[in-house]
This record gives sequence, structure tokens and C-alpha cells, in this order.
Amino acid sequence: MTVENGQSTVDSQDWPLWEVFVRPRRGLAHSHVGSLHASDAELAVRNARDLYTRRQEGVSIWVVPAAAITASSPDEKDAFFEPAGDKVYRHPTFYPVPEGVEHL
Amino acid sequence: MLALADDGLIAAQRLAEWTSRAPELEEDVALANIALDTLGQARLLLSYAGELEGAGRDEDDLAYLRDEQDFRNCQLVELDNGDFAVTIVKLLCFATYQHELYSALRRSTDERLAAIAAKAVTETEYHVDHARLWTLRLGDGTPEAHQRMTAALGRIWPYTHELFETGWIEPELLAEGVAVDPATLREPWLSTVDKVLVEATLAVPDDDWAPTGGRHGVHTEVMGYLLAEMQYLHRAHPGATW
Amino acid sequence: MAAAHRVAAIAVSGSPGRRDVLQNLAAVTGCCNTGGMERQEVPGASGLLSEVAAAEAELRAAADRDRGGDGAGVAAGDELAAYFDEVVGADQKIEPRDWMPEAYRKGLVRQIAQHAHSEIIGMQPEGNWLSRAPSLARKAILLAKVQDEAGHGLYLYAAAETLGVSRAELFDKLLSGRQKYSSIFNYPTLTWADVGAIGWLVDGAAIVNQVPLCRCSYGPYARAMIRICKEESFHQRQGFDLLYTLARGTDEQRAMAQDAVDRWWYPSLAMFGPPDAESTHSTQSMAWKIKRFSNDELRQKFVDMTAQQAEVLGLNLPDEALGYDQPSGHWRYTQPDFGELMRVISGDGPCNRQRIEHRRRAHDDGAWVRDSAAAYAAKQRTRKAAA
Repeated sequence: MTVENGQSTVDSQDWPLWEVFVRPRRGLAHSHVGSLHASDAELAVRNARDLYTRRQEGVSIWVVPAAAITASSPDEKDAFFEPAGDKVYRHPTFYPVPEGVEHL
Repeated sequence: MLALADDGLIAAQRLAEWTSRAPELEEDVALANIALDTLGQARLLLSYAGELEGAGRDEDDLAYLRDEQDFRNCQLVELDNGDFAVTIVKLLCFATYQHELYSALRRSTDERLAAIAAKAVTETEYHVDHARLWTLRLGDGTPEAHQRMTAALGRIWPYTHELFETGWIEPELLAEGVAVDPATLREPWLSTVDKVLVEATLAVPDDDWAPTGGRHGVHTEVMGYLLAEMQYLHRAHPGATW
Repeated sequence: MAAAHRVAAIAVSGSPGRRDVLQNLAAVTGCCNTGGMERQEVPGASGLLSEVAAAEAELRAAADRDRGGDGAGVAAGDELAAYFDEVVGADQKIEPRDWMPEAYRKGLVRQIAQHAHSEIIGMQPEGNWLSRAPSLARKAILLAKVQDEAGHGLYLYAAAETLGVSRAELFDKLLSGRQKYSSIFNYPTLTWADVGAIGWLVDGAAIVNQVPLCRCSYGPYARAMIRICKEESFHQRQGFDLLYTLARGTDEQRAMAQDAVDRWWYPSLAMFGPPDAESTHSTQSMAWKIKRFSNDELRQKFVDMTAQQAEVLGLNLPDEALGYDQPSGHWRYTQPDFGELMRVISGDGPCNRQRIEHRRRAHDDGAWVRDSAAAYAAKQRTRKAAA
């Protein structure tokens, strides 16, 4: 990403997003813990290990490209969701963030 | 013992300089992990060295109150971090050396040293792999990165020869099976490093200049600045507890 | 890799009074492994960490609960807002693909991004002392802590990304000044004791702010905060322990500790933001359950917590008016200079320019590395396709 004259452009080289699943202990299923950026799968697993198991929270890690996930509606009974776009983390709409002065 | 401890301590000091400066946040976390491992190994070794000495010096006395000539680390670890390419080449060379060394020391006749080595082996295996992943991505990525890696190899390679010097280890330690002759590590080390460099489309530099002296307390000019920064606060308050 | 040696043991010894305070500071109730530190149960339900655990339990319970309303079958546009209100009203969580008011999304992005930026910029003032830490144990603890901050920034960027913004866009807004970070990090760390003051006061204030966010109505943010609060339990404790050691050290060490507390106290109070009467974002945030308590309520809570700890430390909080008010059960205190807060936020603090410049340099210097990794990944894909 570069910033020129106050205008920003997002490079195509930005690393893709990966979803991370961790098996906390033997006998339990992998569950989603969050996401991270990495240039490829090998590095993604590596980064996931450093980031999401710093305190020995897992015995096994899966990483999945976020773009490869197809989602259903969040809840079969609750038929309310954005009809457009079926990628979990890549909503088509980008909402510009206003200048804000807020405490932490 | 002190040489191994100092290697780890000074390497960790340099790696920690990357904190908040890494190329990506994920890498910031990874480099801190490696620094923490290396620092942890150094602390175990320093404490043990202090006990063996029997003069009542603890890890902090040894880290903060020795002068430059008393540090026994190899010159490789004290060199400036340079750009990310230099750091990765340093890490590849140093972690591979440490991994070979600790693998051999697991069979040391000194049980405590063997135990420390056993723990360190799994950690350094991860460090080597991290350096390998990055060497591939920088060597076989963009032309700029390839060029930076080539320059980094040229700068770092001469300092790797010192790692395999033998003369500084007391012969009885080798005879008793406490220590390992570093010269025996050069072949497996080169085989690992060579394989990674070839896969990364990088050329192994020629062996010509081989600066040395670290094991005898002779360091490069940057070492004094490193120690001045690391030690000043501790030394400014003699006898204080932190 | 064993984490056990990462955070070398902070010996929890000394007077019984100190032990109680440490327990209240951060009792570890979660699954996190903070190395050699003792795990302690929370005495009573007042511990902040027990609130985190309670928030986690609530999150699970809310997920199981039937809202009672008829959620089935109605998908018309007009119903979306009512449905959203029903979910929030029932203390259930809004998830990434749910419909949400645009202002809710915008407000969340602003808040989560600001929080993430604060973690990342917050690495700098403490990182400033990594190379000079006066003992190896302190060096390891500080490195683990600053590393945690990078991790927390990453969790939060990930939560923000579920709202349809990319991390690159957020970085861009940080570097161009369009998004803020906590103004506290625009103050310099001048002595080693500042590391302790940041841990005790700044992290203490942050935890008071953050614990209620574990109950935030947006699922990914609430989950990130639960994780972060659990991990941060050791941050405040290490700061307290560091100051406690200095306060019982040499005269110079004690003076160093008092000076740091003098400088960090009012900026820490200012972290809770302007007084409620002047706060612009509060009302709607409360209604949407993004924010749970007002700025002034949280500030009072922090003072109540900290005043007693200062007594155990043996350090003075720099406020002549500080005193316990028996009838209300709260401590009286002097408000920080909100004019200064506004000046620092608007760019006039001692370190604003350095912090952004440092971040920009790291980002720019890393560009060739990120590009090369991306190029390598592209080559590998091509090779795989050709094979």
C-alpha cells in the first residue's frame, strides 16, 4: 500500500487473508479462532502458530484462504443477511470511516 | 558454556531490536518468539555457568557486569541487523549452527547441559525452518529481494567460519564428552545451508576472508555500543534490585 | 515450543497486602498460560478477570437462548432493522453476515480500528526500553508483553476485517491521520520506571475500558476482547510488580518510580475520554451495546481500583484532592486537563510525529519483503499449475 498526495492506493501485492482453526486439545474439533495475513499457506500456518498458540492453546492448526469459504446464512431460522456476496470476509461494500476523536 | 550463553544473549539482543519494526505484524510476533527462545536458552546457560564458577555470580551479574573482553560470543551475532535480508541470512547461519550444536550436546556427559540442549533443539529447529521459509521467499521472489539476499550473504558469510573453530575449547572437556568439537559441525551445517540456498536460487559465497576473535574476547567495533546500551541502566545503580 | 520460560516467574511474595492486590489486579481464570506466574482464583466476584469469564459465559448462554420473538420466515427490508434491534435487545450477538445499520458498522469499524492502532502504536513506548531492560528476567517479560500487543493488534484488525475493510486500508488511514490511536502513546517513556507506570496505570485503565467490551453486541469484537483481556491479565501485574520493586529499592529507584507515576497519572485518567456531557459518540453506542458504561463511570471505577493499589505500592498519586468518600463508597479525585487531551489528540503531543513516522518507516522498509513473498507465492502457484 502506498500513500501519495494523500491519496491511497492498495497494491495488488497485499497478502491475502487466511482463516485460522485450532484444535485446542486432542479429542476436540478444530474451531475458528480468527484470521491473519500471509503470502502463502506455509507462512500462514507458521504465523498462525506464533499468533494463536503463543500460550500453548492448541495441538493442531488449519489455515484456509478466506476467499475459499462459502457461507450459508448465519442461522437457518434467521433469514436476514446481506444477499450479495457469499465470501465471509470480503463484503463488496467499503464504508469510509469518518474522522473521529474518541477515547480508547 | 559462556560462549554458548553469550551467543544466545547477544543474538536475542539484536533480534529484539526488530520489535515494532518488522515488515509485517505477523513477522513482528515471529521474531519476538525467536528472540524469547534464544534469550531463554542464554539465561539457563548463564545461570549454570555462574554456578560452575562458584563465585556467586548469577545470570544478571554475568550479563551486565562483564566487560567487552570477557564476552565469548562469536562476532556473527553482534553484527548490526542491517535490512531484513541480513537478519534472515544471520538467522539461517546462526540457527543452523545452534541446531547442530545442541543436537550433539544432547549426548553431553554433563546431564544439565544435555537437558538444556534437549530443550533448545526443538526451539532451534523452528528457528532454522523460519529462516529457511524466508530465504526461499526472498531468494526466489522479486529481483530486488534476490539482490539484497546476495549482498547479505556476501556480508555475513565470512563471519560463519568462526563458528567452527576448535582451539578455544579446553581439551579435557572434549575428552570427557562434555563439550562438542565445533569443527565436526561444519559439514552437516554446510549441507543444510547449502540446500536452502540452492533451493532459493542463491549462490553459496566463496570462502575467503575469515575474521575471528570472539571466542577470545576480541569483538567488532559495534559490540561496545551494543553492551553500552544493554548494560548502562543496570550499572548506573550498583547493587540495586530490579 | 515451551512458553514456560517466556515470562519468567514474577515472584508473588512479600506482604500479604501486596498479595491481595495482585490477586485483584489480575487473577488468571482463563486457560492462558502465562508461564511461571502463579495461577490464582479470584477472591469474590469483584475481580476484573472474573467479569471477563462472566462475559464469556454470557456469550455462550445468549447463543443458546430463544429470543421469544418470531424470527422465522420474514425477510422483507423493513423487518431487518426490527430484527437487528431484537437481537441486540436480547443481548445476543450480531455476526458478520447479519444485516446491520450502516452507522453501527461505521461506528464499530472506527472503534475497533482505533483500538487495533493503539495496540500497534503502543508497542513503541515500551519497546523503547527493551534493549536497556536492567535484568534479563525483566527483558524477557517486556519482550513477551510487547509481542502480545502486536498479537492483540492482529486480533483486532481481524475483527475489523469482518466488517468489510482491509488491514491495508486501516493502515493507510492510520498513517494519513484519518484514524486515531489512544493519545496516551504520544507521551515519551523517559525512564525505566515508565515501563512500570504504563503497565500499572495505562494497562489498568485499558483493562477497565476493555472488560465491558467483552459484552459488546458485535460477536467478533466481543470474542477478540475476551481473548485479549485474558492475555492482558499479566500486563498490569508486571507493571505493578516492577514499580513495587523500585519503590522498595534505592532512593534513586524510588524517586524514579514516583516521577513516572507523577507523569502518567493524569494522562491515564484522560484515556477514558472527555466528560460524559461532552462525549459525542456515547448515546447511540450505549443503545447498540457497543459501549456499556459512560466515560465518567469507567474513570471513577479506575480511580477506585487504583487508589488502594497506590497505598500498597507506597507511591503517591499526584492529586491533593484524592480521598475516600465514605457515603458514596467512591474516591474523590481531580479531573485531568481535557484541554491537553484535545491538544494531544489533534497532533500536538510530544511524540505524535515520531510514533507515526516510526510506523510508516517500518511499513515502507518492509514493502520489498512483502512484495517478494507475494512474488514467490505467485511463482509457486504457476509451478504447481504447470506440474
